[in-house]
Order: sequence, then C-alpha cells, then structure tokens
Amino acid sequence: MNVYVILKQTFDTEEKITIQNGQVSEDGVKFVINPYDEYAVEEAIRIKEASGGQVIVVSAGPERSAEALRTALAMGADEAVLLSSDGIPSDEYSVSVALAAYFSDKSFDLILGGNFSVDNGAGQVAIRLAEQLGIPHVSSITKLELSNGKASVERDAEGDLEVLEISLPSLFTAQQGLNEPRYPSLPGIMKAKKKPFHHITLNELAIDPDLLKARTKQTEISLPPARIAGQILQGDLPSQAAHLVELLRTKSKVI
Amino acid sequence: MSHTYLIIAEQRDGKIRQVTLEALQAVRTASRDGDRISAVLLGSELDSLASHLSSYPLSDIHLIDHDSLKHYNPEAYLAALTPLLDSLRPDAIFTGHTALGRDLAPAIAAKLQAGQLSDVISIEGTGEGTVFTRPIYAGKAFEKKQFQSFPWVVTVRPNNFPAIGPSPSGQHERIIKVDYTPPSSLHTLVKDVVRKTTGKVDLTEAKIIVSGGRGVKSEDGFKPLEELANLLGGAVGASRGACDSGYCNYALQIGQTGKVVTPEIYIACGISGAIQHLAGMSQSRIIIAINKDPEAPIFKVADYGIVGDLFEVVPLLTQEFRKALA
Repeated sequence: MNVYVILKQTFDTEEKITIQNGQVSEDGVKFVINPYDEYAVEEAIRIKEASGGQVIVVSAGPERSAEALRTALAMGADEAVLLSSDGIPSDEYSVSVALAAYFSDKSFDLILGGNFSVDNGAGQVAIRLAEQLGIPHVSSITKLELSNGKASVERDAEGDLEVLEISLPSLFTAQQGLNEPRYPSLPGIMKAKKKPFHHITLNELAIDPDLLKARTKQTEISLPPARIAGQILQGDLPSQAAHLVELLRTKSKVI
Repeated sequence: MSHTYLIIAEQRDGKIRQVTLEALQAVRTASRDGDRISAVLLGSELDSLASHLSSYPLSDIHLIDHDSLKHYNPEAYLAALTPLLDSLRPDAIFTGHTALGRDLAPAIAAKLQAGQLSDVISIEGTGEGTVFTRPIYAGKAFEKKQFQSFPWVVTVRPNNFPAIGPSPSGQHERIIKVDYTPPSSLHTLVKDVVRKTTGKVDLTEAKIIVSGGRGVKSEDGFKPLEELANLLGGAVGASRGACDSGYCNYALQIGQTGKVVTPEIYIACGISGAIQHLAGMSQSRIIIAINKDPEAPIFKVADYGIVGDLFEVVPLLTQEFRKALA
C-alpha cells in the first residue's frame, strides 16, 4: 500500500486567539498536527504495519509546518514533503489545485486527511483534492478496512452510521473515533531525523499561477464579544433549581 | 444583472430539514429582486416532500427521484446533480453545513472550479457585494469574506439564520422532474445506514442542549441529562473529557474538536470549561453551568450557575421544568 497523508499544522486547541494588525497572532503559540489529521497519520501507519508499503506525509504550508511533518515521521511515517505555501493564496480552491499538481505524477492507493482543520474549519481541501484527482472519497470516517483493492468504511453522518464500500485508489477523511494516535517514541524521534524530507516550491510543480487565483478573500477578522460571567444562584439546591427556571421564564424569556 | 441561486434541499425523517429553510433565508438575504431562486431535492419517493417544499417562495423545484439515491452517496449525488448544474448554470449554490452539505459542497465547488465559504453564520449586502461571516478556530474568532468571482458555493450553519416561513400567497412553483440514470461504473457503494438518531433532535440544530462532562462519571450518568433534554425537546451533548472517558459516543462531542453549537439554552453539567470546549458552545444564547467546583472556568462564561452535584441538581431542574411547562 502506498499511502499519502495530507496534513496541516494548526494551533493547539487549548490556545487562545489574539489579533494583531488584523491577523491572528502566532506569538508564543504552540503548534500541533491538526487533531483530525493526526488520526489520518495514525491510520496510515497502522495500514503500513499490517500490510507493508509506505507512508508519505505531505503538507502545504509555511516553513514552521516542518515540525508537524517531523512529528509524523517520528510516529512512523516514512517520508515527508513540505510544499511551501509561498505563492499559494490562502483559499481552499488554490490550496487544493496546488496539491493536485503535486499529486499529478504520484502513484498511490490511498490518500488520507482530516475531516476538517481546527483553525479554518472549512473542511474543503481534501474533498476538493479527491475531485480534482478524479478519485472517489468518503469523508468523516470512523472505521477503515482494506481487502482486495477495496475499502470498507464507516462514516459518521451526524450521529448516524453509514457503511460504504469503495474501490481504491480513493481518499478518506478521518473523524474522531477512527483510532487513538500514538505518541512519537524516543527511538522514533531519532529515526525521524534520518528519514527523507523534501522541501518543494510552487515553481517545481510547473503550474500556471493564474490557475491558483483565489476565489474568495478575507476582508475582516474579529474576536467575539467576551461573555460576562453571570449570576451564581444561592440558597439550597431545590430553591436554586426553582429560581433558575423562573429566571429563564421571566428574565431570559427562553421558555 | 440577475442571478440564479440553487438551494440543495435536505430531508430528514421524511421532512424538509430546518436548515434548508434557513439556507433559503440566507439566499433571500443575498439575492435581489428579479433573481431566480431554485431548489433541488435528491432522494427517493419525493412527491410529498416536493409538495411541502412548494409552499416556500421558490421559482422552481427540481426533483431527482431515484431508488438508488435513497441514501447519500457522494459519487452518485454528484453525478445526479451534474446535468442540472450544466443546464441551470447557477451563480450560487447554497446548502446546509450538515453531514451531507459538508461532503457534497466541496465536491461541487471543485467541479465548478468555484470558491466556497463554509459554515456561514451571517450575511450582509447583496449580489457581488455580499459579505459572509464565518467562525474560525471554532468560534474563538470570526472572519468576513467575499467571493472574487462567480459561481459561489456556500454552506450555512444550522440555527443561525431564521427559517423562512411558507408563502401565504402560494406561489405556483414549477416542479421539474430531472432524469437520472445511475452511472454504470460507480466506485462507491452504500452498504448500510444505521440510523441512531431517528426521532432525536440533531445536536447542531437543537434549540436546547444538555451537555455532560467528566462529572457524569459513566455512560449511565447521562440518563438524567437525557431525561431533561427529552422533556425540553432538546439534545444531549458532551465534552471531550466525557467522550475520551468512553461515557458516550464521539458524535456528541462539542468543542473545537467536535461540533460547534449555538442553541438558545446550553446546560453544561459537570463540565469544567476547557478552552477547547468553550470554543464549541460559547456562542449559545443562554449558558447554564452546573458544577461541584465553584472555581470551574465554565462559570466565567455562564449566565446562570449552580454550584452543586449534577446528580442532585439535574433531576431537580427536570422537576421544575416539568412544573413550568405543565
């Protein structure tokens, strides 16, 4: 099995967001592999462990993304590719076109990615990539089994479970519950340093920059109004419960 | 110049989903007089749904009715829509940011080489000047975006636009049946759909959510929460802590990983309020926190707090709500 994983480096989910000069500040922020992409990395490594082959992790992002790719190598991926986001507009259309250009001469059985990224949250790039490569996809999977050139998957559809069979090559996006990602081991971290790591630029993909033209643009970014702590109710619990229902009726008017 | 808008309608349990009517409202916000607003409905045995849909203000309704479309299949649905997209040439396609919309919209956008704005929560302006607001970092921040070119693909977050009501005048929409022959070489086969949510309120569409954290202590610990949610016609949610501990299915998880919800009332039971959880629920209208620990960060975002054991407080609340609703 030749398995590619597309991943993105994102803020750790415990990070607070601050805005400086109209942009989300990255000062002092801890970065991680996007949690959904981490399930994809883990699944790819498990496939390799069960049936051989290799796992190549690919990220289109800024230089700092190298750290996330190194983590994936330390977990057990074999090779990493960092496609520099220089010259790629931050628009899901553009990113997927650049990735599709990268994959155009690659041979693979599977491409795995995350259900969505916890930063931008649009959940588009992986599905767009499948469509551009002309391969079928299933998003938000919680189970993946491979046999005889086919994949049997379970998809989480807002709590319902869909069971699908799909022929390879195909692309899947990982939902929580697919697996429990491992932590990189110390030997894994040592080995990762010797694994192939390719830095590539947009120029090397020989893609017409016009084709990457962004379809959308950001005009403003803002923080939500801070919530103000309300009222802690007092008294014994039965009277607090009664008081709360009363407040919801008369003051908040929600019931 | 007038534009054509296409809404991909969705059904659930034999009814048009609320989010479809919300998407229609979003389209009406962005559109101008003279624009054409069409809807398409895919599935099987759609006649009664089509007549339901025809009571809403739409120029026309396209029905793609085929046994093989009973369940969502990404490949089949895209194949079924393609001829309609080719003939209608919509300037904008709107659908809900749902299990179906999240999957289908990017595939359509890729096919049309179009831009897409996902999970939109509000819209200002009209036509080319339309500005879309969407959350980023699960609602820790918001961005405004505009399209640079047509066509557009937009998914709207459930519960953020008012649902449009039926038009009293009863417009005479045209219901147009669209032929569909399944492609001979589908790579994707839907083997089974296990409905776990029949009759339940969908978490992202729920007006009231009763949510449990590590404090529920076990799978059984969710029972009093379910009882309260059922009484209020709401849904049960959970924190990552509760899901990671195996007390509930990940489908219930609310937070930056998991679902982002914006109900009228969010009742957090035994949830401490980690940043990643707050991201997923702090846009709720009213937040109620129940926690034994008075220092729990959840109280900092709660409109009303009760310091106490959820196993005592939740049944008391159920009792009080029952009285109030009687």
